[in-house]
Amino acid sequence: MFRDAALIAGKDLRIEARSRVATNQIAPFALLVLILFAFALDPDRGILTRATAGLFWVTVLFCTLLAVQRAFSIESADGNRDALRLTALDPAGIFLGKAAAIALELLGLEVLLLLGVVVLYDASLDSAGLLILTALAATAGLASAGTLYGVLAAGLRVRETLLPLLLLPVVAPVLIGSTRAFEAALSGSPSDGWPWVGLLSVFALVYLALGLVAFGPLLEES
Amino acid sequence: MDSVVHLRAAVSLLGRFPALAGVDLDVAPSEIVLVRGPNGAGKTTLLRLCAGLAHLSSGEAVVLGCDLADDPKAVRARVGLLGHATALYDDLTVIDNVRFWARAAGARSADTEEAIEQLGLGGRLAKVPVARLSAGQRRRAALAILVARRPELWLLDEPHAGLDATGRDLVDDLVRRAAAAGATVLIASHELDRAVPLAQRTVTIVGGRVQPEASPVSPEAVRVP
Repeated sequence: MFRDAALIAGKDLRIEARSRVATNQIAPFALLVLILFAFALDPDRGILTRATAGLFWVTVLFCTLLAVQRAFSIESADGNRDALRLTALDPAGIFLGKAAAIALELLGLEVLLLLGVVVLYDASLDSAGLLILTALAATAGLASAGTLYGVLAAGLRVRETLLPLLLLPVVAPVLIGSTRAFEAALSGSPSDGWPWVGLLSVFALVYLALGLVAFGPLLEES
Repeated sequence: MDSVVHLRAAVSLLGRFPALAGVDLDVAPSEIVLVRGPNGAGKTTLLRLCAGLAHLSSGEAVVLGCDLADDPKAVRARVGLLGHATALYDDLTVIDNVRFWARAAGARSADTEEAIEQLGLGGRLAKVPVARLSAGQRRRAALAILVARRPELWLLDEPHAGLDATGRDLVDDLVRRAAAAGATVLIASHELDRAVPLAQRTVTIVGGRVQPEASPVSPEAVRVP
């Protein structure tokens, strides 16, 4: 399973490196969203500083949708999904590989976004340990749930519009948990954030387990 | 000797439409069989059924000893399907595509490199992104993946389509060599001038049903109006 996951993740990351969709489209989009929030919420009144955590994770959610759609659009083209089914690859390995590739792309974007909120929102990155663990747990949850719902929507003609409707309500706990944990980290009271990291970890483990079991049947049906 | 493909009253529904409406077919080991018929007759569905991709709605289907009614997935890694789509990632190079799909199928790396050379995809062409290839070159790359996999059953849907004269000769050569090496080949094609001399037997599929014909058959004799 892990060999298959490495093969799929390597392929997906190589495609992203060659196509530069993540760096030339998703990353600028993420920064643009941050900038638009900065315009919309007047920084002089302090709203922006208080809302930094939420705005950061809403932006990450938007990027997750783009990354998941991209990850499955490459499999929808030119009969690739059938070809994938004709291989000896373990579906659980395919799930892990695609989720890992999405997670790595999101982590890269989150680093960029953190720099963005420091520059644009004047956020101070104290409690680095809490920030990092929150980002890791939230990203694992987003990538796992995104991969699961991505394959579910992949076989449908209306997948581009259906995926946000399916995925956003499901990942609402990630938005809430990661926002609360980041708020605690950014406000200098990290002890308030650790329970939320626990919630994010449970969410990630549940969707990881669900994905390992359900991805194969969903790939067959899609 | 057991048939490589054994279908009895095989039905495959696409929605409510019976793409295969009770197919009877036996294909012997190392046999090259041409499946011909008009558009929409069920040729592609027949190949997909044999690959374990199309659903067997009723009837009997045993391919390479695997009962498709019980476990259609069991046969997939042992067959090679060249469909209308080439199943290549546009952003990857030719060599990256061939290596990825060959590794995913568990092919040996020596076989992969040999297939790339055999299909004339070595050198500079190997490092070109697939998006920049012509249709014929894409077809060659897809064939290279098929060759590297060394499947026991080759399922070729319009294998000559998009290829130049050299490429067409290459396909014929690959098919004959695969059969000589023990593989069984099912070809669905409209290019009867090319496919009939290649096949040892021709079957006709019309309205989702197969009707065997005598062999050898001239292209004129099997041409569908």
